[in-house]
Amino acid sequence: MNAPERPESFERREPELPNALPRPAGEFEALKRAWKSPRGLSFITDVNNTYVGIWYVGTAFLFFILAGILALIMRAQLAVPESDLVGHDLYNQLFTMHGTVMMFLFAVPAVEAASVYLLPNMQAARDLPFPRLSAYAFWAYFVGGLVFFGTIFFGLAPNGGWFMYPPLTGTKYSPADNADWWLLGIGFIEISAIAGAIEIIVGVMKTRAVGMSLDKLPVYSWAMLVFAVMIVIGFPAIILGTLLLEMERAFDWPFFIAERGGDPLLWQHLFWFFGHPEVYIIFLPATGMVSMIVPAMAQTPLVGYRLIVLALIATGFLSFGLWVHHMFATGLPKMSLSFFSAASTAVAVPSGIQVFAWIATIASGRMKLTTPSLFVIGFLLIFTLGGLTGVMVAMAPFDWQAHDTYFVVAHLHYVLIGGMVFPLFAAFYYWIPVASKHALSERLGRWVFGLMFLGVNVTFLPMHITGLIGMPRRVYTYPVDMGWDALNLVSTIGSFMIALGVAIFIYDLARKFRFASEDNAGNVWNAGTLEWLPNGQYATRSIPAVVSREPLWDQPNLSKDVEEGRYYLPGTATGGREALVTSPFDARPQYILQIPGAGWQPLLAAVFTAAFFLLLTVKLVLPSVVCGVIAIGCVIWWLWETDPGPTRPPADIGGGIVVPVYVTGPMNHSWWAMIVLMVVSGMVFTCMIFSYLFLWLVNPSAWPAQGFVPPHWVWPATAAALYVASAILIDRASGNLRGEDRRSPRSVPVLIGIALLLVSAASAADLAAQWRAGLSPSAHAYGAAVYALVSYQIFFVLTTLLMGLYTIARWLTGKLDSVRRTTFDNTMLFWYYTVGQGLVGIVVVHGFPRLTGGV
Amino acid sequence: MLSCALALANCSGVQSALDPAGGDALRIYWLAVIMTVGATLIFFAVTGLLLYAIFAPPERRAWLGGRNTIVYGGLAFPIVVLSMLLPYGLIVMRDTDVRMPGALPIEVVGEQYWWRVRYPGEDERPAFSTANEIVIPVGRPIAVSVTAADVIHSFWIPNFGGKIDMIPGRVNSLNFTAERPGIYRGVCAEFCGDQHARMAFDVVALEPSAFEAWRTNQAKPAPEPDLPQLVRGRELFRTGGCGSCHVVRGTEANGLFGPDLTHVGSRRTIGAGQFPNNVGTLAGWIANTQHIKPGVRMPSYGSFTGEDLRALAGYLESLK
Repeated sequence: MNAPERPESFERREPELPNALPRPAGEFEALKRAWKSPRGLSFITDVNNTYVGIWYVGTAFLFFILAGILALIMRAQLAVPESDLVGHDLYNQLFTMHGTVMMFLFAVPAVEAASVYLLPNMQAARDLPFPRLSAYAFWAYFVGGLVFFGTIFFGLAPNGGWFMYPPLTGTKYSPADNADWWLLGIGFIEISAIAGAIEIIVGVMKTRAVGMSLDKLPVYSWAMLVFAVMIVIGFPAIILGTLLLEMERAFDWPFFIAERGGDPLLWQHLFWFFGHPEVYIIFLPATGMVSMIVPAMAQTPLVGYRLIVLALIATGFLSFGLWVHHMFATGLPKMSLSFFSAASTAVAVPSGIQVFAWIATIASGRMKLTTPSLFVIGFLLIFTLGGLTGVMVAMAPFDWQAHDTYFVVAHLHYVLIGGMVFPLFAAFYYWIPVASKHALSERLGRWVFGLMFLGVNVTFLPMHITGLIGMPRRVYTYPVDMGWDALNLVSTIGSFMIALGVAIFIYDLARKFRFASEDNAGNVWNAGTLEWLPNGQYATRSIPAVVSREPLWDQPNLSKDVEEGRYYLPGTATGGREALVTSPFDARPQYILQIPGAGWQPLLAAVFTAAFFLLLTVKLVLPSVVCGVIAIGCVIWWLWETDPGPTRPPADIGGGIVVPVYVTGPMNHSWWAMIVLMVVSGMVFTCMIFSYLFLWLVNPSAWPAQGFVPPHWVWPATAAALYVASAILIDRASGNLRGEDRRSPRSVPVLIGIALLLVSAASAADLAAQWRAGLSPSAHAYGAAVYALVSYQIFFVLTTLLMGLYTIARWLTGKLDSVRRTTFDNTMLFWYYTVGQGLVGIVVVHGFPRLTGGV
Repeated sequence: MLSCALALANCSGVQSALDPAGGDALRIYWLAVIMTVGATLIFFAVTGLLLYAIFAPPERRAWLGGRNTIVYGGLAFPIVVLSMLLPYGLIVMRDTDVRMPGALPIEVVGEQYWWRVRYPGEDERPAFSTANEIVIPVGRPIAVSVTAADVIHSFWIPNFGGKIDMIPGRVNSLNFTAERPGIYRGVCAEFCGDQHARMAFDVVALEPSAFEAWRTNQAKPAPEPDLPQLVRGRELFRTGGCGSCHVVRGTEANGLFGPDLTHVGSRRTIGAGQFPNNVGTLAGWIANTQHIKPGVRMPSYGSFTGEDLRALAGYLESLK
């Protein structure tokens, strides 16, 4: 019960340094050469997390400013009643874009971008495990996000609110392309988030400083891990939702159209199952940042480390059980509402744990009132107030009054601005010395803080009243005699105060921020964690071993020893970029990960992926398909350079530790990535099954419609058998591809080829069965649900086809053998998943109606 | 009330949750007040602790710097407080929006951007339709059934209670009782498109006898016009094709697309709670609909002469 928070005694003894001085000639030069950025315009092809992270954060901040300007225009319109500054059409686009851009193009990307830059540094990893993937994610977001924002200049911006409820956003009531921009624009931003989540999970678990066991993991890493897992579980719901709504709009499949068996509430469930965790996805990384900043400002270790980690995990877990509190007014039974009311109340507890942990830390140290400290204090005050109003709206009857009024607008801005924007500004002021030659100005920082803090309260505090005295949300104007005039005017004044504060920040940023790695401003705060080690484009010269949570405080010579190359892997074993992969729990070195360097492939793939989605939105189908094919081509070109095999025998990284430069199987980082991808796919599929069952509950007597004769059971049986057979063949091929002798038997491509035919036939049988039975996807929601499952499966089979052919191509060019088999393993894992998903789909589609007596 | 005063606002109003005129709204109001007081106290306590942690001399604040702070402040305290709040909130939920026997049934359908209202028949009193205005007796439970004809809307009368979404394909219900006679205002509280901001309705709470009189009158067909100008107006209504969208019981006008106009002259406002109801505003509405409330389903009828427009508006205003 009273175990000390800090590890004592034997762990504190400094280990013998792994590598001796002097370092061999040319070692450091080789390291620098491997990590050197391309010159000129090709600079943008670099995938080093240091660069991608900065561009990513910068782009996210740009969207913050753009969406903020939209808000200023809205507040100007609402300053007086019956104003005609902005017409209803533009206003409806403004509030939709403000919400959408802030939530999808700023909030999640900003915290993800910060981790792209910070996380490897904080764990003394040279880079993320899949740098080209994060480069791809960034460029897709950059191109897609800017084009998406541009729609407002053409009057094409989505205008159905940032949560886009159908039927308003269906084809009938939103016939123009505006809604499609939202759906497709958001779609590939979702992909970027998933890619980032994969990176973070693998990065946190597998690329850490030696000896950085889980109990020494920085709280920020824990927060990002929970963040990434929440994305993996939560984002699929909105990926599915956007897919379904787009299919409804494009092909008239009536998922949400009541007249044909659909239900608008299905969208709300899918959206909010994602939407509620989304706000904690945004909030938890911010708390992780605060947990790093507070100890440095108070110059004392964090109090309650384990409780905080527990609180992070509890928040992440609980947040998935709250979503119906966004639907309290939809007429659901009170029994259901009471559960979600209770859960929404419970989630306040882990947040309380964190707040008091920070207070305790501050109390046990000597807090310097620097600008980061001020923003942390602002965060604590504003977020606490927002959390308290959150508990208020968790009480369903109160929410029945407050829902969809300015009270909720007040609540959400307090928790989002307080809970994320303030920590983000604290993080800017705190960590810019790592990335820049100069720190930002403390003097101007006080002005920025003061204006923003005061501005937020002047803007949003009155809104609590405005909402309760009757002003609903999303209104482009309001009547003269309602008594809302003064409150709205005050709110508008406050919003311009916030703008002024942000403007001063931008001015200071332009004056002071000069990108640097080797000659950065240095550890100006005397912080204790590894991102403050001296670093360059290669991150740290050598990878340290740590014995505590604040290595720079507890190992006084660490910076010097790391810089001299006394620790692990002070050079490059293969001549290229490398990271050290460590074991998930104890962070023992496992192998050297060969990382790709700069390249055009991720950038081009991202641009063409963005083009594919954007051209599809404006219904230019042929150009869209062409771009899609080129994108796939770029991805294949990109992948071709991966899976290098063991390019040299195991290498000595120092301290007598020799590790391989290539491994396969469950220890391999891309195996982990595939597992995460399978969980994501599985979650999308699970949401699809949920949708199927939900729509059944809406149509219990017409599932399927009377008179429809479902396919004979021979069809699903055949399809299932074909699926299983293909999996067996792949298993066989895997067995043939074993042995230390680097064998590459002919049977492997043959088995893959036959398996490809089988799996394609299975999927074709699945589709043909429904088609021959005469099921229509647009006549009724039953058909829509069935075809949704079938076409989702077809997408997976097509991807399997591509992966299988690619694997065969690797064999043909001599790049696949029993040792160099990561490509095969990835294909194999995906194959098993596709077969499993296919089998479950068959059971549901063919078995469920028979089970419920619908047939 | 204090915070209202500080916020420069008048809490009482025709559309205010802070001016309860019925039992449900009152229960919610007290829940809101208690939670606000509690939240304010907790906020100041946390702020105080934070400032103490920063500014008090180190020896004086050392007690705050341990794990106990987290366990008591962050775990025990919230659990205790929330364990008291949740049952209270659930009890209020149980007692709010409860269907009572003998309730007056009203059916409302949300449309873009107006309210289709129907009073079903009760005992020997016949059913009738109206639009954009609800009249209710004080002291008798009301049971409103709602749905939507197009997109999701939401039915909200803040002075009487919470809101209920109007969802196509579903029938939801809202129950409340008016305790204080007066004129109130309801609004649509779910973004429903272009003119969501201009979708309101009047709620008139009358003494029971006055309500009966109103109801009896509403069930009758439209009054016959007695002045030549009004007769002319009725003729223009017919030749202008208004009857293809609007019902005027007692004439051939029987269109179901738009609001029932049988007793439109008796309503307080037009345009779904947007303008006072008089000959001038009626004329302006007819001639310039798309300019006043762009995006509604009714086109502007700008080709009437000024005299015809006055006659037509006069006829409608006479339909009391």
